[in-house]
Amino acid sequence: MNSKNKGKDFCMFALPGMFCFFAVVIIPFLYGVYLTFTDWNGVSKEKNFIWFENFKGVISDKEFWTSLLLTFKYVIVVVVLVNVIAFAIAYLLTRGIKGQNFFRAGFFTPNLIGGIVLGYIWQFVFSRVFVNIGESTGWSLFEVSWLSEPNKAFAALVLVSVWQLSGYMILIYVAGFMGLSEDVMEAASIDGASGWVKMKNIILPLMMSSVTICLFLTLSRAFMVYDVNLSLTSGGPYGTTQMAAMHVYEKAFTSRQFGVGQAEALILFIVVACISGIQVYLTKKQEVEA
Amino acid sequence: MKQTTIGGTKRKILNFLAIAGLIIIFIAYMFPFIMVVINSLKQKRDIIKSPFSWLFTIKGLSFDNFIKAFTQMDFLNAFKNSFLVTASATVLVTLLASMLAYYIVRNNNITSKITFALMVASMIIPFQAIMIPLVSIYGGNLNILNHRITLIFMHTGFSMAMSVFMFHGFIKGNVPIALEEAACIDGCTHAQTFFQIVLPLLKPIISTMVILNSLAFWNDFLLPSLVLTDKKLFTLPLSTYSFYGTYSADYGTIMAGLLLCVIPILVLYVVLQKQIIGGVVAGAVK
Repeated sequence: MNSKNKGKDFCMFALPGMFCFFAVVIIPFLYGVYLTFTDWNGVSKEKNFIWFENFKGVISDKEFWTSLLLTFKYVIVVVVLVNVIAFAIAYLLTRGIKGQNFFRAGFFTPNLIGGIVLGYIWQFVFSRVFVNIGESTGWSLFEVSWLSEPNKAFAALVLVSVWQLSGYMILIYVAGFMGLSEDVMEAASIDGASGWVKMKNIILPLMMSSVTICLFLTLSRAFMVYDVNLSLTSGGPYGTTQMAAMHVYEKAFTSRQFGVGQAEALILFIVVACISGIQVYLTKKQEVEA
Repeated sequence: MKQTTIGGTKRKILNFLAIAGLIIIFIAYMFPFIMVVINSLKQKRDIIKSPFSWLFTIKGLSFDNFIKAFTQMDFLNAFKNSFLVTASATVLVTLLASMLAYYIVRNNNITSKITFALMVASMIIPFQAIMIPLVSIYGGNLNILNHRITLIFMHTGFSMAMSVFMFHGFIKGNVPIALEEAACIDGCTHAQTFFQIVLPLLKPIISTMVILNSLAFWNDFLLPSLVLTDKKLFTLPLSTYSFYGTYSADYGTIMAGLLLCVIPILVLYVVLQKQIIGGVVAGAVK
């Protein structure tokens, strides 16, 4: 192969894909880092270099820290609930019952539909259906719409997220359970392991690779929740359910503080990258070979 | 003997409980969808009075809501936009990513290594960390927002890293270099080798990536909302959003509109269920 041919190959095979990737991901990312050091307002041609002023702005932006704290709370609850529920349902599904594929496909359905549509469907359920249940049964839990009270609105957001994400995780856990070797399970049973002991000492360690994937996916998705947040509560009532991703959007595109918004986005990125990195490292260590 | 029968009954009871539990959970999962279907046929007064029943409606059931939602959402136009964007971006990313991955696998030079490393690293960057500079560059400096092509280009760019990563793994493991050498000896050019020998071998991974990417493009809201402001170009999620903003109190119409958005995907899901689930699992596990 001569060098001229190599250049042609590169232009034909590699260049178009690389161009898309660099133009849309790498260059904006680097430019974004640069933006955090300027006072650009989104409109003017002028950008002044202002060093760390934007980061000072982030520190004094109380709403950002509230939303970040709320996001942490949300992520912890969602990640735990999604994985416990998905694991349990996947376990039930793989006990050899009939209609396994039907159930699995049904549980996955919410993941095929965009967050905006899902949020609106649930908004109707919370504000009309549940309220109707409350009115006709007198249960105080449903008397007022969940979306009008801060704590319940948060619970509503968690509920919808768990509902949506668990279907996805069920698929992965089911694949994990199906991959468990029959021989090992049989050996464990012959050795007298059953129920909880078998679950804790045999099944869980062998399922750790599925757990790693599921935790990673739920963590990164929950941290970046936006669509459902927007359509279900749109941050309300009174901005009490505004998650970090939504706050970044508002800061940049509604308040027009692009520099501060971008600085907050970067901080969010670093937080998510660190937490996911630690999680993958920790759970990978638990993985065993059968 | 006795032991086994007890074990047998116990197992049967447990299995029965498992199925019963699953059915209850399943109905709870489907509950929101059931509500949408029921109420999409009713008038507002009946919905407020009792969202559950189909019977005892004052004004009866009708498809009026669907007709209203269909026209108000400009459904056909939004559907066409979504379809154009999703289809073109999916084709583009499949083609470009498989070619780039092929190049990276077969040319172990410094450009390949750096590009691949950058792509893997970039997969953890959330969209929110890029959206502001993205709007600033494409809206401010280049001024090419509000075109379908721009959106297609961006979708392609954003899904490039993940797709290349998947194709890379597949080509490395499943495409024997001996085949290409044989093709080369028979006088194929590199382009012919790729399109006639390698690409057909990639079918399994192509179907996985087409499913994953097209689902993501079809349902994406944030990127289109930043790129498109002209109502004529709105994709389905965008038109749902603006439709909801205008009609949020008109429950029947809203339910019909939401159902209209969901139906195309569900129809596809019923037909391609096995492939979609297989694709999603394969995409996540790798």
